Amino acid sequence: MNVIVQPPQPKTPPPPRPTGLNRLLRLTTVRVLSQIVFMALFIFFCWASWTSRIEGFPVSMMLEIDPLVTLATVLATGYVYKFLGWALVIVIITIIFGRVFCNWACPFGTLHQFTGWLFNVKTNSTRIRSNRYEGAQYLKYGILIVFLVMSSMGALQIGLLDPIVIMYRAVTTVIAPATDMAIGEATRALEGAGVEATFLDVLKFAPGVERRVFVGSFWVGSLFMLFVSLNLWKPRFFCRFLCPLGAMLGSIARFSLFRINRDVNKCTDCNLCLMRCEGAADPQSQVRTAECFSCMNCIDDCPEDALSFSLLKLDRAQAKLAPDVSRRRLVFSALAGVFAFPMLRNNGLATDENFSPAMIRPPGSVAEEEFLERCIKCDQCINACPTNVLQPATLEEGGIEALWTPVMNFRISHCQLKCTLCSEVCPTGAIREISAEEKLGVGEHQEQGPVVLGTAFIDTTRCLPWANKIPCVVCEEVCPVAPKAIQTYDEEAKDVFGNTVVLNKPFIVPELCIGCGICEAECPVLDQRAVYVTAVGESRSKDRSLLLQKRKSESA
Amino acid sequence: MPKRKPNTDYRATPVRRRELLRTAAAAGVVAAGAGYASFAPEHWPLSLRDDSGLRSMPQPSVFRLQDFRVAPKAGAAAVGLGRTGDDMTRLRKAIDAAGGITHYIKPNDVVLIKPNVAFDRSPIIGATSNPEILEHLIQLILVDCRAAEVRVADNPIESPADCFEKSGIRLASERAGARIYLPDGNAFENLNTPGATLIESWPFFKRPFQGVDKVIGIAPVKDHNLCHASMSIKNWYGLLGGRRNQFHQDIHEIIADLSMMIKPTLSILDGTHVLMENGPTGGDPSNVKNAGVIMAGTDAVAMDAWAYEHLLERSGLPEYLARAQSRGSGDVNYKDRIREIV
Repeated sequence: MNVIVQPPQPKTPPPPRPTGLNRLLRLTTVRVLSQIVFMALFIFFCWASWTSRIEGFPVSMMLEIDPLVTLATVLATGYVYKFLGWALVIVIITIIFGRVFCNWACPFGTLHQFTGWLFNVKTNSTRIRSNRYEGAQYLKYGILIVFLVMSSMGALQIGLLDPIVIMYRAVTTVIAPATDMAIGEATRALEGAGVEATFLDVLKFAPGVERRVFVGSFWVGSLFMLFVSLNLWKPRFFCRFLCPLGAMLGSIARFSLFRINRDVNKCTDCNLCLMRCEGAADPQSQVRTAECFSCMNCIDDCPEDALSFSLLKLDRAQAKLAPDVSRRRLVFSALAGVFAFPMLRNNGLATDENFSPAMIRPPGSVAEEEFLERCIKCDQCINACPTNVLQPATLEEGGIEALWTPVMNFRISHCQLKCTLCSEVCPTGAIREISAEEKLGVGEHQEQGPVVLGTAFIDTTRCLPWANKIPCVVCEEVCPVAPKAIQTYDEEAKDVFGNTVVLNKPFIVPELCIGCGICEAECPVLDQRAVYVTAVGESRSKDRSLLLQKRKSESA
Repeated sequence: MPKRKPNTDYRATPVRRRELLRTAAAAGVVAAGAGYASFAPEHWPLSLRDDSGLRSMPQPSVFRLQDFRVAPKAGAAAVGLGRTGDDMTRLRKAIDAAGGITHYIKPNDVVLIKPNVAFDRSPIIGATSNPEILEHLIQLILVDCRAAEVRVADNPIESPADCFEKSGIRLASERAGARIYLPDGNAFENLNTPGATLIESWPFFKRPFQGVDKVIGIAPVKDHNLCHASMSIKNWYGLLGGRRNQFHQDIHEIIADLSMMIKPTLSILDGTHVLMENGPTGGDPSNVKNAGVIMAGTDAVAMDAWAYEHLLERSGLPEYLARAQSRGSGDVNYKDRIREIV
């Protein structure tokens, strides 16, 4: 019997590791620079959203180029609002280069990678094991389908898990106020030591205000922290398993021209490419293009130069292009989405009868049902609001569907008459862009009148002149409309101590009230205000109006 | 069950006596220190004991404000008026009649100007100080008097950054070379005003006052829903923080207190945009009258009295002026103390 012995293949020695400048001039270096630039840009936009800086900056750009935001709002509304078409840039980039957005631009992705790099140091074998592909990574495609199906029916919930939205929301409600607090303490310490520290003010997200608070920031922060912490368990947990934007880009990446390609003839199956594989995309066998973030780490780590990022000489057999998710699972996800919509909408708080009196939307908002089709809960409006009146909704105002959408809390502050910043920064048109003239109902908007947010009411059992014969009327003083929507019945009365006092008992003229809430914000009866604004009478919805018609002087 | 054989290769690492003693000593020192801090009587040094629970209460730091007035110039009127010429000329005339700006501001002074920037309104509404006259004033101080620095500060009712922006005060101040101070969390400290009845101790916008030599108030003349008129004394309301919305329960007493709280170098009243009704917020330009007068002086009570009668065209002075006079803050009788340079 003849045994055929293959002559040993002449093995080429592995190429020498790059040193010096060559080591610096690698794709991964460029990638890190890109991540730094996009992270800095993101923080800069958050910083520049403050009223005294915002002029001319595209502060919501990161949201406007987010293809998931665009796709979901198009499914919900049928239209592409303002700058949302620019998301095509990311789609085109993905078609050319694959899921590069995830590891070259996404600030949340950068944060995850940074956290893992700094805090999740492991032995080499554990690292290789932790970067192997896991079947559960299909989960994100299911999440994407659930959200998109819900969007197409009119419940936009992608903001709960969209990474850009999570970043904006966390910076607005948690990171910005924490930073300002720290700078404030540093300033106090320096000025206590006699050093003038006004130069630090420029670093603040909101300079020149006493304090900004954000209702429910604990929960926004906790969810954010949870996602970041999960990196210590599995690297890039959020990106690999949960991110709906990643799932969307992964689905597009199957068509990408460039991808990671493995030269099987060079590969020695050493698995070193898994040492720093961000996407858990199996570069050691058939690379999963939909999972690959194009981080280029595997190319760096391959001692044999077997891996390359290329569009030429691709080996079709060495890639799994499509996401690893079965059709039946996708159908199941779609059904879950179909099921979720009525569950949310019939929760009862989005109707025109049972809406919360506290569901007061910012000026320019479209009617509630349309609002819920557009608002992604990015909280950019809340970040830009100079008075801090805009707050993330809790479960109280609109249930889970409206969680973290913007509502006005007049116990904290009021809506400033000529300010329209929230409407300018809104990326999706939930708050339609309006001018100060439109808000005030002047000039060409005379006919339709001012934007009305709600209507003020007086609680005569708590109002000092009404209930206690003590002079007050701060509310009348601060009422900004002319003629004033808070007027007074003036009378002289004897108080319980026998003193004669002049009382100006306030009452509301609902035809004039615009619901700006400054009366409630300034009312001295702090814990439960004697003058308060509720949503009824808001001009965005005829179904929530109060008056049949505006009274007029008959002699006029 | 087979008996386990002892592992003869294994060498235990015994804890040494010295190490044991050292650990025990350290634990003893920590325990003794904690015991001293917890149980030593309150007046012993380093004791943290707090029997009444009051030792741990915060002690609000309280400060007093210096008197910013300068000795009046011989022959100068208590109140000066400027009626003719452009804004700059009128401002100069008013101040010259009251002694001249160089008498009040000396070279290298740090000057704080307090305009009224309470609301987020355009200048034509008359609810805030006129930015053009403020700009002229800053120029006078920086150019004619060679002051070291001019600061502009106010604690508005609405969002500070927006109020300064929309009222035009930020642009005017920065164009003229002044620096703006906005109220933030670190800006306030309790001010003690001896003799004040309601605001003897009240949070005060202190930060811009660090190292200030002179203070000038520049206020519009406005109708006010409760106290009838907001003029130069009421303007100082904007230096307070805290629960200002309680002030309306006794507004006349508060304004009388304000007249004691700060003794400014100079007060300026701007009668070019008089808000005749719907104050203090305004909102309709038709409520605003141009009376064409700028006033400057050292007696804010007399100024306010004159402005009330001649600019707002009302009779029967508001009660707070009488109360301010009884506190020694000025004299409502402006006759023969007022001078107009024509």
